[in-house]
Amino acid sequence: MTLTIIGALPLLGALLIGTVKKEQTTVVKQMALLTSILTAVAFAITAMRFEVDRPGFQFVESHSWLPTFGINYALGLDGISLILILMSVLLVPVVIIAGWHESEGGRWSAKTFYVLILILETMMIGVFAATDVFLFYVFFEAMLIPVYFLIGGYGVGERSQAAIKFLLYSLFGGLLMLASIIGIYVISGNQIGHTFDIDKLATLQIDSLTQNFLFLGFFIAFAIKAPLWPLHTWLPDAAKSATPGTSVLLLGVLDKVGTFGMIRYCIKLFPDASKTFTPMIITLSVISILYGAFLAIGQKDIKGLIAFTSISHFGFITLGIFAMTTQGNSGATLYMFNHGFSTAALFILAGYMMRRRNSSTIADFGGLQRVTPILAWTFFIAGLSSLALPGLSSFVSEFLVLVGTYTRYPVAAILGTFGIILAALYILIPVQKALHGPTTAGNEYLPDLTRREKIAIAPVIAIIIALGFYPKPALDVINPTSVTTITDAGFSDPAPTGGK
Amino acid sequence: MTSSLLVYLIAIPLASSALLMLLGRKADKWGHVLGTLASATSFALGASLFFQMLGRPAEERAVTQKIFEWIHVGSFQVDAGLLLDQLSVSFVLLITGVGTLIHIYSIAYMSHDHDRRRFFAFLNLFIAAMLLLVLGDSYLNLYVGWEGVGLASYLLIGFWNQKPEYATAAKKAFVANRVGDLGLSLAIMIAFTTMGTVTFAGVKEHAPHVSTSALTAMGAMLLLAATGKSAQFPLQSWLGDAMAGPTPVSALIHAATMVTAGVYLITRSNFVFDNAPTAQLLVIIVGAITLLFGALIGTAKDDIKKALAASTMSQIGYMILASGLGPVGYAFAIMHLLTHGFFKAGMFLGAGSVMHGMNDEVNMRRYGGLGKYMPITAITFGLGYLAIIGVPPFAGFYSKDKIIETAFNAGGTRGWIIGIAALLGALITSFYMTRVIMMTFVGNKRWNEHAHPHESPFLMWGPMALLAVGSVASGFILSSGNRFVTWLEPVVNSGHHEHEELLQPAVVTSLALQQ
Repeated sequence: MTLTIIGALPLLGALLIGTVKKEQTTVVKQMALLTSILTAVAFAITAMRFEVDRPGFQFVESHSWLPTFGINYALGLDGISLILILMSVLLVPVVIIAGWHESEGGRWSAKTFYVLILILETMMIGVFAATDVFLFYVFFEAMLIPVYFLIGGYGVGERSQAAIKFLLYSLFGGLLMLASIIGIYVISGNQIGHTFDIDKLATLQIDSLTQNFLFLGFFIAFAIKAPLWPLHTWLPDAAKSATPGTSVLLLGVLDKVGTFGMIRYCIKLFPDASKTFTPMIITLSVISILYGAFLAIGQKDIKGLIAFTSISHFGFITLGIFAMTTQGNSGATLYMFNHGFSTAALFILAGYMMRRRNSSTIADFGGLQRVTPILAWTFFIAGLSSLALPGLSSFVSEFLVLVGTYTRYPVAAILGTFGIILAALYILIPVQKALHGPTTAGNEYLPDLTRREKIAIAPVIAIIIALGFYPKPALDVINPTSVTTITDAGFSDPAPTGGK
Repeated sequence: MTSSLLVYLIAIPLASSALLMLLGRKADKWGHVLGTLASATSFALGASLFFQMLGRPAEERAVTQKIFEWIHVGSFQVDAGLLLDQLSVSFVLLITGVGTLIHIYSIAYMSHDHDRRRFFAFLNLFIAAMLLLVLGDSYLNLYVGWEGVGLASYLLIGFWNQKPEYATAAKKAFVANRVGDLGLSLAIMIAFTTMGTVTFAGVKEHAPHVSTSALTAMGAMLLLAATGKSAQFPLQSWLGDAMAGPTPVSALIHAATMVTAGVYLITRSNFVFDNAPTAQLLVIIVGAITLLFGALIGTAKDDIKKALAASTMSQIGYMILASGLGPVGYAFAIMHLLTHGFFKAGMFLGAGSVMHGMNDEVNMRRYGGLGKYMPITAITFGLGYLAIIGVPPFAGFYSKDKIIETAFNAGGTRGWIIGIAALLGALITSFYMTRVIMMTFVGNKRWNEHAHPHESPFLMWGPMALLAVGSVASGFILSSGNRFVTWLEPVVNSGHHEHEELLQPAVVTSLALQQ
């Protein structure tokens, strides 16, 4: 019951907020914040009871939901879902504090905004915790609704178009996935009796052609979500239109459902098809890394910049996943976690900058290091985390992905490594434009970070630095799941090739 | 042997740096004192570890410390571990010793700067990262220090980044370094894929049994890393622009320590290069090209700092060349690195002292006759000059001539080509350095009435004087009785190659001096 209770906490908070008058925005905000903190604390306590060396799902619960179809309400945690839920529940309170005024430019009230955020949080927990494929699908699709309203209702610029584009891409992917889910369900009926239980489905014997089709249904849905080149085009629009807080949840958490799904569903259910499509996916990943990085270098809009850097980073994640080595898989999982915080830092700080200048054009800033030093230096650290500077968390994950890829696909790893040069460019060029040089006219009196803003960003920066030096707690949780994933898919790490 | 003290070498300056950054303006009054003390404490600790090491027999000198488990995934197992051996202790003393002198100098040099505290925070960050670079016991730990010094260098080159061209110079340095870092990353991946380990001890153990092609690839990638960090051909162009940083930075980072990290990397990886002759040949080629190229650039610069930067590039070319010459070369590469650390840092501080007295003018065409107005600067600079051109018995004589001899001794056509290149480089060095001295301290004054050249305060000339002592004596001390070669032998195994002398040092020097 633990997971259900924790997952229901935000929903409960949303219901309570529903009883408050919408004019009482401060009360609404405080309630939302309190709910999200309670959820984070509750989950952190649960996570501490997780036994890292025990194989399989923990905190398992299963209740019959639609028995006619063999559908269960079934939840459980393994290393990867634990780390991703932890990331999600930590990010929500940060987003609420950082974006204290974010709901103000919206089409609807602050009350609606926070209700949407909290409903989304419940779904985020559900989507990672579900161990029933149908339940996962329900969360996967239902999440679109709050996000659609958050972008379309509270964003800026052409928010409606961006929201619709996001919705259409996601629905298209969702349909393909649904077809595959029905397919595998039918097969389960023939072999072991109708079920949606992930562990049982993993035991099915499926011929390779069918596997390939079913795999693609899942994979395309996840590749849209992730997003992988060439299915990424919805992301920059959505990121530019959404508020910074929504962007954090969108790129930091929701997109991870895609890469999470590749490990949990694509590889686990269709190991042979995964093998078949690996060369293609490795190629797309490398293209994503380089394409995202090149386009990031040219971005004039700070939100567009972060979106394209994320496309590059997601390329690293999929590369690590399909390298099919423990280093690649653990690296990719840790990368998901680290990317959540590094992107959160960038979006939150970009949000602070945009709020001060009413512009998201990088060239409108300039010389901020001398006007608003704390804002400038924290942005710089967030940037360093994005370019994976050793000593910061993203370095550990990026290097693991690359080294794990090199042992099996050296060419892909070499091409991916070029990403580190491009990363230096896409971070340092905007850093120079926005933070260095003479102070741009109109910026002379911008205020530095307020106490609330500092409180929101400090824990994010602290996690980025702490996990860079000491990633062991995260890796201890992730490693056993990675080993299981790789072994179950029929792979083992390549042995050292030395010897004359 | 293990020691729990090694981590403090790094932790002290790192903590000081963090404190100075976090406290902000509250620490403005005393930040420079804390920063200098942190560096000095690290030096004192390094010196005591060095003397303890001296007391032990050669094979028991190396000391290790495992700090914590860093990254363990499958068979990829890297701990945060440190290694203090004969090679790294030499660097520790150079980094913290010269580093502390430059901290002291900066107290005065930066006294008018509003952001002096931040400057000291970055200097401390640099010291910590550089110490990690030379103390890490695996390539991955080295990598953290490697990029750490790159970050410190970026921050310090761009210390006055309100000027767009300085900000651009900082960015250029970082990106050029990252091209090199690509090499280091790939070298680590090659090591893990072929040998299953990335620690120095592990790679040393496996290297003799690994295919030559894998070691050649790894060596070539390490060389790429070295060219980025050490401003060697073809990644040399950032160093001249890096002179945008305050002059103490140029002395410490872009002359004495960070830019020599490439030489450290190659020497540390001797077990890779000794088993990969093609990679060694590449090292020699890069070194020979850069030593000539740098020297030629040096003849053409009117900006005193850029002339010295070109000279640094050229002198590191010598070190790289030497480190490509196998077991005989490593000790001479490091010896030249140490003597160069003294005389080049001394000359940079001298240049800073001149600028200090000349309203930050860097163009030597507007100097002239300054020896009269700043005698201590002129004398200390002059001693560095005698050291770099290799006049006996100054430091450079011992270290550089050893490299030239070793180059000739490489044998065959190759020996003649690189020997003559090294000799030619020495000739050009004496030419451009004489030019610097003449244009700055001798001749008629070419400055206008706004300049009031004066000698710098004690806090500045004190460090210059101490470095001048090093410029005079370090070569003799290190080379007498083959002391440094013997000292480094357990690390680079250079013992079994007795080298015969083709040319007497004095002959080489007289050749070099006849310009």
